Amino acid sequence: MAAIFSVETQLAVERFLYRQAEIVDDREWDAWLALFAEDGKYWMPATADQEVADGQPNIFYEDLFLMEMRIKRVCHPYAHSQAPTQRLSRVVSNVIIESEDGATGDIVVRSKFHLVEYRLDDQRYFGGKYRHHLKQTDDGYRIQLQRVDIANVEGPFGYVLQTWL
Amino acid sequence: MPDGQEVHYGDYVQDDRVHKAVYADQAVYESELDNIFHKKWIYIGHESQVPNPGDYWTTWVGKERMIMSRGSDGAVHVLYNRCPHRGSLICNNEHGNAGKAFRCAYHAWQFYMDGSVRQVPMKQGYDGVIDYKDPQFSMVRAERQGNYRGFIFASLSTEGEDLETYLGQGARAAFDDICNRSPQGEAEIVANCFRIIQHSNWKIFLENQLDAVHPSITHHSTGDAAAAMQKKYKDKTGDDAPMGYQFLADFTLPFEKWDSLQTVGFPNGHTQLTGYMGLRPRDPVTLAHEAALTDAYGAERMDEILSTNVHHVIVYPCLSVQPPLQQLRAVRPLGPNKTLTEIWHFRLKGAPDGIYERALAYYYHVNSPSTMVNADDLNNFRAIQEGLAMVGGGDWVSLHRNAGQDTVDNGVTHSVTGMSEMPMRNMFAAWKQFMTEGN
Repeated sequence: MAAIFSVETQLAVERFLYRQAEIVDDREWDAWLALFAEDGKYWMPATADQEVADGQPNIFYEDLFLMEMRIKRVCHPYAHSQAPTQRLSRVVSNVIIESEDGATGDIVVRSKFHLVEYRLDDQRYFGGKYRHHLKQTDDGYRIQLQRVDIANVEGPFGYVLQTWL
Repeated sequence: MPDGQEVHYGDYVQDDRVHKAVYADQAVYESELDNIFHKKWIYIGHESQVPNPGDYWTTWVGKERMIMSRGSDGAVHVLYNRCPHRGSLICNNEHGNAGKAFRCAYHAWQFYMDGSVRQVPMKQGYDGVIDYKDPQFSMVRAERQGNYRGFIFASLSTEGEDLETYLGQGARAAFDDICNRSPQGEAEIVANCFRIIQHSNWKIFLENQLDAVHPSITHHSTGDAAAAMQKKYKDKTGDDAPMGYQFLADFTLPFEKWDSLQTVGFPNGHTQLTGYMGLRPRDPVTLAHEAALTDAYGAERMDEILSTNVHHVIVYPCLSVQPPLQQLRAVRPLGPNKTLTEIWHFRLKGAPDGIYERALAYYYHVNSPSTMVNADDLNNFRAIQEGLAMVGGGDWVSLHRNAGQDTVDNGVTHSVTGMSEMPMRNMFAAWKQFMTEGN
């Protein structure tokens, strides 16, 4: 039987994940960067069974510097493939806390997402799972590592992913 | 009127412009498959993709579905992915290990990795009826298969130049330059294939790869963002930013730099862009690489190898290769307005780890499905294709930049500037030849 965590913890973690979804859908970029710990990473592996990110091909593997570069790029006036930009709408659900560190309050939590992306008369659909390593700070949770496994990870991509899923 | 039609295709290509039909017309596309993709040497894969007996990868040659497999004797085979019994695809997965034999999911006919019959179930039904050695009951092998330094090609025609002759000096340089950079003279593929669907004609991609005018314009946003973050990284950490930042910042080099590059056109459409990144800084990784190559080949040869600065090679009509970065993109046309690219990168056997990390960084930043570079190319390709598909609005595509200024020496064409549209003209000269020869 899986461990049971307090309602307060469950609620705080869910609220964090829902707020993250809203931030990336609505392109609140400063808020996005503030979600991550200083050495936090966003990782989308290139295969479903990939165990490590370093030294291997990945779809996304970004620290705060690379995330800020991506933000600068999509906000640049000459980013023509972002004019119009994509519109995103996602639902995050099935939030299951895997562990809570009794001393630090750090959390490992997995969840599922469904996401539609619309751009230039074309709608794409993504689904997959998140696995967050959250660090407890005085100012709430920060993402140490977010792993994103999309269902179509090995499939051909119709066009590329310009911001984080 | 087949004769009249062939003349027509030739007329689509003039010295300094091409007709839009070459990109958007279904009949032209079908003829390209017949005359180019089903006749010329097409890249299948690298032999290290199938290291063990029973390993296979599938891919496309024009409309044909092909398998590259490794037999128990170590031989690599290229087969049509078709069961000789009732015609089903044999391999439904992109890659895997078939064990001792391919097994058709429909009636369990089994075939060795070279395509010959291993076993047929309930074979009493065939006793006295068929001879299993009759080739019509084997999986069909590619009409011709060739291997250049580990890179496997197939031609679906029994006629024509052999592989090395077809590649010539211009295209062989792509593979030589990768392999020579290894102290063991060999490259090894990393078994990860990023696949991107382009909503555009296959030629648009090849042309773009050697188009030195577009980077600073198309990729302006990414170059600026990378340069800004390169500075911020240094300010904040005191260290130089990782090399990947420079790869991206390089996309907005000043036009004088692009102008100083060379493009070289070879027979059969193979074309090179030389110069550009250099990739020989005085960092510890490069110095270790130099030492490893010196041990293997001597200082003089090491210098010769690392001074080779072929940034990009089009192996016409099927590959874009960046040898110093160990990148390869294979082009698989799926329709006049739809193209699959299969994107790979390589390790150099015996080279320092840092050399692989450099290739991996380029693979990530430029070639992965999250790339900030090809995002803009793909947006252009789609817009180009949609513009070219119109009936009105003009019939021709201009390739006039520095037209009439190329110099030809012994069949090799040199441009007067890196920004010349000579690469496109050189590829179309081969296109015209292939589409009209033998008719």
